[in-house]
Amino acid sequence: MKLCDMTIHELAALLRAGEVTSTEITESVFDRIDQVEESVGAYVTTARDQAFEQAAAADKRLLQARKRGSLSDISPLMGIPLALKDNICTRGIRTTCASKMLADFVPPYDATVARRLGDLGAVIVGKTNMDEFAMGSSTENSAFHVTRNPWDFERVPGGSSGGSAAAVAAGEAIGALGTDTGGSVRQPASFCGLVGLKPTYARVSRYGVVAFSSSLDQVGPITRDVWDCAIMLRAIAGRDERDATSSPEPVPDYCGSLKETDRDFTIGVPSEFMHSGLDSGIRELIDNAVRALEDAGARIVEVSLPHSDYAIAVYYLIATAEASSNLARMDGIRYGFRAEDAHGVQAVIRQSRSEGFGPEVKRRIMLGTHALSSKHYDEYYLKALKARTLILGDVKEVLEKCDCIISPTSPTVAFRIGEKLDDPVALYLMDVYTTIANLSGMPAVSVPCGTLKGLPVGAQLIGRAFDEGTLFRIAHLLEQACGESVKRPPLEAMKGGRDR
Amino acid sequence: MSISKEETAHIAELARLSLNESELAQAQHDLSEIIDYMNKIAGLNTDGVALTIQPCPVANVWREDVVLPSLNREEVLANAPDRQGEFFRVPRIIEAEGADE
Repeated sequence: MKLCDMTIHELAALLRAGEVTSTEITESVFDRIDQVEESVGAYVTTARDQAFEQAAAADKRLLQARKRGSLSDISPLMGIPLALKDNICTRGIRTTCASKMLADFVPPYDATVARRLGDLGAVIVGKTNMDEFAMGSSTENSAFHVTRNPWDFERVPGGSSGGSAAAVAAGEAIGALGTDTGGSVRQPASFCGLVGLKPTYARVSRYGVVAFSSSLDQVGPITRDVWDCAIMLRAIAGRDERDATSSPEPVPDYCGSLKETDRDFTIGVPSEFMHSGLDSGIRELIDNAVRALEDAGARIVEVSLPHSDYAIAVYYLIATAEASSNLARMDGIRYGFRAEDAHGVQAVIRQSRSEGFGPEVKRRIMLGTHALSSKHYDEYYLKALKARTLILGDVKEVLEKCDCIISPTSPTVAFRIGEKLDDPVALYLMDVYTTIANLSGMPAVSVPCGTLKGLPVGAQLIGRAFDEGTLFRIAHLLEQACGESVKRPPLEAMKGGRDR
Repeated sequence: MSISKEETAHIAELARLSLNESELAQAQHDLSEIIDYMNKIAGLNTDGVALTIQPCPVANVWREDVVLPSLNREEVLANAPDRQGEFFRVPRIIEAEGADE
């Protein structure tokens, strides 16, 4: 197995033992990028020179720590090549949100999550492709190029963090960060056979992460296994002075809790989510996952989320309302794209926005503007905030008696590129299982649980607020029971891929 | 169509977006379909239900008023589409005669 195909914890052990260097791992990752990136298109920007500088620095620090016998003080992320979604600000590396609007934007500061990874010695490979401003479920809304699913180049990698998932699946990064507003970490993880976590709202700082919907957004890891996910969450979680909404709740040792052998979990299966309309193949795999957890010692109970049928409507009203407000700052004045030949301030703003935003972003800004307009505010926005309370109540009630809720992550496997471009409502409906975690703020993880016609399927586990530790332990059980059936995408398929 | 062409144009105006005729027609079509779907929340009884603005609220956060280094001005201005010295440069707001807005 190539270094670029190994997990963070395997590589961390090799680095500590002095058996490989970060420079060798980084070389392996860039070799893979040279080999497959033209077909996969996971990145908007790669930072090769800077990555090798960071790798050399990590090697130095590892060598010193080994001499001093202080290896235990060093993060498992030291020297590990990671990718960041291109809406996470990186000082000196352009951060585009895959939008023409920010195509040339070079942030003067690091997002807190980027700074934390850097401080721990991680190597930043580059910035990954995404749906423009994180609006979409397929990465087809990127203003730059499509990203292809390494399992099948005819298919999307999911979205909006599709570039991050494709990079990790293809061996173009060892792990990655994405952002999840309505499923944008979990769904691409599911489509690419990876583990993807949306942490509890306020668990991870949002400082320097370009805001889409501020009451729903969270940064989360996309990794090859649950253990790696726990390592990455530990690195990025915790209170940040620069994000007043970040929680002071202490960050536990998630990897330590993975070693606990307690299996006395209660797992809820929502009747609303396992309805007859669900694809029978996916339903079967989720049923298998539930049985596997039961065999491992968990107690399974049927539960109900009576308001879940409203989740998509509530989610899209709140998310677009917040987005229309957040994206009002994109005016072509202080940074970002400015239209040429516009005369007068109003014309500059209007033309810059009209030329700088893509169709889906405009659609959502308009929808949010409508929901917030004085005539419709009560009927849509205010109503959605009340409905959010009911949905939150449903989830809280279930989690009083259950340790987590299990469901599919997505109602389908990765779909074909172009297949769903013309039907926004159909695409929105695919977020049926994931949005409930964002609306309720609860942590949720997607774990591979099998394949359907050669394409990965993920199971979603929703847990209690600030208890990612329990969620990881259940996810780990599931991974041990079912994850083995989901390997990595066959490299031959990647080689056989057609060029873009 | 649940929203009219005039309403669509009004929304675009509020959102500071210029749409041409065909974009306007497309937006009216798409927004109507989406809003038709959203209208299902009208059937949900929310009488007496409180609002959820944020799922895991943190109470008012206070801190000492300490001066910390600011962003590097050159790096900030490097992203400006147009600048003059240490200022962002914007188009003239009040025209000498016949403002264009």
